[in-house]
Amino acid sequence: MSDTQTFLDTLKARSPHYKAEPTWIAARRQAGAARFEALGFPTRRDEEWKYTDVRSIAQGNFALADNAEFSQASAAALTLPIDAYRLTFVDGVFSSALSDLDSLPSSVQVLPLSKALVENHEAVGGPLGRLTGVDFSPFAALNTAFMEEGAVVRIAPGTVVEKPILLQFLSRAGQPVMCHPRILVEAGGRSEATLIEHYTGESEATNFTNVVGELMLDRGAILAHYKLQEAPLGDMHVASIHVEQSRDTRYTSYNLSLGGALVRNDLISDLNGQGAETNFLGLFFGQGRQHVDNHTKVNHNAPLTFSNENYKGILDDRAHGVFNGKVYVKRDSQKIEGFQSNQNLLLSDRAHIDAKPELEIYADDVKCSHGTTTGQLDEEAIYALRTRGIDEATARGLLTLAFAGEVLDKVSLDAIAERVELAVAGKLPERFNLAGLVEAAAALND
Amino acid sequence: MLQVNDLHVSVEGNEILKGLTLTIKAGEVHAIMGPNGAGKSTLSAVIAGKDGYEVTQGTITFEGKDVLEMEIEERAQAGLLLGFQYPVEIPGVKNIYLLKSALNAQRVARGEGEMPAPEFMKLVKEKLGYMKMDASFLQRAVNEGFSGGEKKRNEILQMLVLQPKLAMLDEIDSGLDIDAMKIVADGVNSLRAEDRAILLVTHYQRLLDYIVPDKVHVLVDGRIVKTGDAELAKQLEANGYEGIEESVA
Repeated sequence: MSDTQTFLDTLKARSPHYKAEPTWIAARRQAGAARFEALGFPTRRDEEWKYTDVRSIAQGNFALADNAEFSQASAAALTLPIDAYRLTFVDGVFSSALSDLDSLPSSVQVLPLSKALVENHEAVGGPLGRLTGVDFSPFAALNTAFMEEGAVVRIAPGTVVEKPILLQFLSRAGQPVMCHPRILVEAGGRSEATLIEHYTGESEATNFTNVVGELMLDRGAILAHYKLQEAPLGDMHVASIHVEQSRDTRYTSYNLSLGGALVRNDLISDLNGQGAETNFLGLFFGQGRQHVDNHTKVNHNAPLTFSNENYKGILDDRAHGVFNGKVYVKRDSQKIEGFQSNQNLLLSDRAHIDAKPELEIYADDVKCSHGTTTGQLDEEAIYALRTRGIDEATARGLLTLAFAGEVLDKVSLDAIAERVELAVAGKLPERFNLAGLVEAAAALND
Repeated sequence: MLQVNDLHVSVEGNEILKGLTLTIKAGEVHAIMGPNGAGKSTLSAVIAGKDGYEVTQGTITFEGKDVLEMEIEERAQAGLLLGFQYPVEIPGVKNIYLLKSALNAQRVARGEGEMPAPEFMKLVKEKLGYMKMDASFLQRAVNEGFSGGEKKRNEILQMLVLQPKLAMLDEIDSGLDIDAMKIVADGVNSLRAEDRAILLVTHYQRLLDYIVPDKVHVLVDGRIVKTGDAELAKQLEANGYEGIEESVA
């Protein structure tokens, strides 16, 4: 039996669940299944998957979870300590008990997809699948075939959402399961919001998460999008995120990848209107035999659009990282600015990075640059820190965080920055670079 | 406090120190002078624990403990601190973070517990004043983009905050103009205390006009060939090292 067939059989066994669904969903599901069957799982002969072997997913046998049981105490220990509107999914299944939408203003909708489909499925039908369709990748097709749950976020024009919207995905230990969440965000004109995707779970889990995100920013909208991926080290994680930006929008992605055995992120921004700006900030950390692949693409489809990308990779042990970043400038998209930087730090001789920055430009009046570097920690600096009484492990941790600084400094949510610090550097004697003392020091000048 | 006995040190097979013996007691300021290549910086590097130096013979003890058996950070925690001739830039690590984490690492190692933040800030503010440094230095990455003089002042600032038992200063005067030299010297002089010792390694006598040592050692070709008081430094200034070398020979 082929790898593809295992998944199709699981889908077939699931079909009684889908009996009552509207015809448009059934049609898309079938299209997804057909496309997945035709494509099969990608192999390393595919240029887009040259450095990433997905056999551990393809050869897995993942069931579908049928409940969202998770102890309140264990969930609380995993939940980011952030005051947020929160939806929680356990192995992809929505948990109302672990969600909290108290005081969500009426100008903001945050719904589990299953509920959105029941309440007003036509409203979802239009945007769903428009940006990330079944042709995007075999994983997007697979996601469409299995789509059941996820989050729908709609922000009315002009709304400033005061608290972040947190989508929490918990992965349980036990029989391997898979989930295919879909995230649909429609940010109205001149709205402002912060969206957090947080993947975490029980350390022994060995599940497969295959998420598709579609984010639409209407004129003047501002969206900060954190993706904190702290999945258990046995989890597989594939994410396909596509952002559409109209005029004068600003999107900032904080793609923080810490967990997972096999991780693949695809992040695409379409800059479709003048004044649109996208910022891709990424930090990926791998240890053991983790494999972390980041593919990003910025499409400058309109003149006077701006992109800034900064990805930092930190790889230890036998971890393998991939960075493939592409900046595309459409014909006659003049006066655009596109900057891309990827720097990687190898903490061990056996860690490995494949970095491939790409520019594709069809306009003549543009400002673009890209570059990638790979290096090791500065042994002189480690020595200097140790001569001040700081132990070697801490000194290495500090310098590693310092390497990540350009990205980490921009993470304005402390709870997230602290998670990253802990994962990358271990427990430090002080909060790194002493956010709290900054003001104290500034006050000294008075 | 510090006892160096018949120390032989090789770097890549070349013997640099050839039987150096030195005793420093609490409360004393020692200066080691010598021509380039005599092994001055090797001595402080070996005491601090830098890699690449092979001790083939001899001992170093600090307050009775075998320094050569200690990790680099343990030496600092025990109170041995080296001020570098060429302070290294540490991009991304703020000065204030280095000061606080170093101080607390040392205090915790000594069983003293961490210093509360307000007390720490008061201490740092006072020491910044000594070194005529602006508080903005605290927010800058360690030595990054600092001028030569600023780097040296920053080394002394670390000494003032960390309060070592033995402060070793390697060519702390190199690259300083006269004003910066005075500030650095004032900082070093403020460290002088009955329970603390200072070891200055310098090429020029000039520094010793501002920091008057109790003892001056002349290091030539890996050995201390002459020891005297501050007057010895002045003779060296007048006659150069050649005179000493001849008199020893």
